[in-house]
Amino acid sequence: MKRLMTVGVAGLLALTGCSSDLPEAPPTVSSAPSATKSEFFDQAEHDRQLSLRDAAPQGPADKPWEQALNPTMVDTGKYAKPGPYEICFSNASVDNPWRQVGWKTMQVEATLHPEISKFTVLDAEAKDDKQISDIQQLTSGGCHALIVSPNTTATLTPAVEAACAKGIPVIVFDRGVNTKCPVTFIHPIGGYAFGATAAEFLASKVGQGGKVLALRVLPGVDVLEHRWAAAERILAAKGVQVAGVEFTGNDGAKAKSIVSDYLQRGDINGIWMDDGTAAVPVLEAFEDAGKKAPAISGEDQQQFLDKWKTEGLTAQAPTYPTYQWRTPVIAALKILKGEQVPQEWILPQPVITDQTLDQYRSQGMPPLHYALCGCQQMPGYPDKWK
Amino acid sequence: MTQTETQSQSRRPKLASSTIPVLAVLAVLLVALAFAGSAYQEPAGYLALLKRAAPLMILAIGQYFVIVSGGFDLSVGSLVTAEVVIAARLIDGDESATLWVMLLMLGIGAFVGLVNGAITTRLLVPSFIVTLGMLLVLDGAVFLWTGGAPRGALSDSFRTVGRQGIDGVPVIGQLPWSVVVLAVIVVLAVLFMRSPTGRTLLAVGDNETAVWLGGGRVERLRTLAFVLSGLSAAVAAILLGGFAGVSAQVGDGLEFRVITAVVLGGVVLGGGRGSVVAAMAGALTLESLFSLLNLLGVAGGLESTVQGVIIIAAVAYAAVNWRRKKP
Repeated sequence: MKRLMTVGVAGLLALTGCSSDLPEAPPTVSSAPSATKSEFFDQAEHDRQLSLRDAAPQGPADKPWEQALNPTMVDTGKYAKPGPYEICFSNASVDNPWRQVGWKTMQVEATLHPEISKFTVLDAEAKDDKQISDIQQLTSGGCHALIVSPNTTATLTPAVEAACAKGIPVIVFDRGVNTKCPVTFIHPIGGYAFGATAAEFLASKVGQGGKVLALRVLPGVDVLEHRWAAAERILAAKGVQVAGVEFTGNDGAKAKSIVSDYLQRGDINGIWMDDGTAAVPVLEAFEDAGKKAPAISGEDQQQFLDKWKTEGLTAQAPTYPTYQWRTPVIAALKILKGEQVPQEWILPQPVITDQTLDQYRSQGMPPLHYALCGCQQMPGYPDKWK
Repeated sequence: MTQTETQSQSRRPKLASSTIPVLAVLAVLLVALAFAGSAYQEPAGYLALLKRAAPLMILAIGQYFVIVSGGFDLSVGSLVTAEVVIAARLIDGDESATLWVMLLMLGIGAFVGLVNGAITTRLLVPSFIVTLGMLLVLDGAVFLWTGGAPRGALSDSFRTVGRQGIDGVPVIGQLPWSVVVLAVIVVLAVLFMRSPTGRTLLAVGDNETAVWLGGGRVERLRTLAFVLSGLSAAVAAILLGGFAGVSAQVGDGLEFRVITAVVLGGVVLGGGRGSVVAAMAGALTLESLFSLLNLLGVAGGLESTVQGVIIIAAVAYAAVNWRRKKP
């Protein structure tokens, strides 16, 4: 009996082991999750995003979170009402540093507007079922506007539709839903633009025949698939040799091990990453192997920017800016005042280069801070973000 | 198995019979690695593997003490994360803080083990539940304290142990510090398991009542096993933090990986049987297997599946063997 029990316990361990290993899906601008790999590539959307990179944003130049690319404005007169307002927010989760930085920024944004009398927030803790009931709870209360950052696209769509049907304005940001009922959908340009920018930079640095190692977080998440789909095409077109495509699960130690293994087999000239979290351990693998640092595309994470600055790396950082967490609060107030907002509010997605590194990097921030928080001028900065 | 049998077995200088299968599997994997990747045709390749596997092997030694005495320690993964995050916050890039923070980490590891052990033995809560609770407590505490994004930084001297090694060693080039630490701990663990205390610990897992009737201090021994496991987590945290720097995910899933490793080493869940060398070999086998899968281009997502299959197969194998041996 004792043996039988231990077998059972072991089985349980194995099962939970599977689920606990997988990292959180990074923030996504979503279309419907697709079943096969080829479905992740949408030529029209790809082309649209690549051209949006060069579009001139409309709005105040010093406030990119208020800017919009190629906006189509919609009237919101029917939602206009006198203040003060209760704004509600159903958050998917705050379980990764990117969401942490964004969430802090949004909380401060809500305090900047005296016409907001109450900012009610429910955190779904990355669970779809909790978010569905959160949205129901919020819409049956006294909310004047509802902001939703969906946990997943397909599952949350009916919940968002139900919220729209209650007649209050709904604002969706970060990941999307499969319905046009929200007044506005706020997001940066997207995954294709991110991946393409990184790949073009690397191709220009390693040249034809150069070897690039692609480090990805995990397969099957649409925005990450988009990033790689765009990059893969550009690298192939420029004659860059892809030494390998590996999944790191965003685990620094694992990424470092993988890169060390590759370096034992031969030189690597460039590192392409769909998410820059593990960029620093990856660079350390080159140092520890006594090799020259590669050309690398990371992200706007503080520790990477610091290393880039002190060591003069050949680097670039496409970003998925955390300042997008400010925009929904601003949008909610515009809608409640009856001002026009873009139907699809596409935010600019800046790229950090050697020239703009000093402009974006602020000193003394924690290693996992994201530089594009748009929070530098906010009250309580920097201590609140430390 | 009685206590006297255990003693006569461990007095033999030979390896225990349960160690042989895992060593055979390990040997096959190491040879396969040489065929799969050119890096493994030189000693340096294997040394890099050993450096990478060292934290898991050390954790496996700690977990072995707990499992062999009849318990589980599920808290090690979150303990590793907590230790790394605390170290980064306290050191904050200050070289002079390195030494006392390392000592404090060992202290925290021992303390967490002591709490696990005390609750298990004094309040008679099953260790599976106690350490699962500890996992959640530490997880939540780390999240609350850091808000999901760790602050501070580890000093260069802290990172030396996990990252650097002794240069200029003939044939192998660089001898990583983590391998040196591992070797010292292995020797200590083997000596411990051959001492009277070690043998009694094994006997506790096999037949608690017999040890108690024989005058053994069962509670103390069990608690000691948890303390040793906590200490192993502290050392693993120093090595892992050194290897790849601060991260709030550093210990994710380690508890399952280490239990897989120990089970793969033929150590019987429920206690009483298995050798510490085999547990450690189990950890190295697991790392070699993952390296091999990576070299062969098998998708990373398959790792947890492989881990699950191993854990079930190894325990089932042990259970079948157990039944066959019974008269």
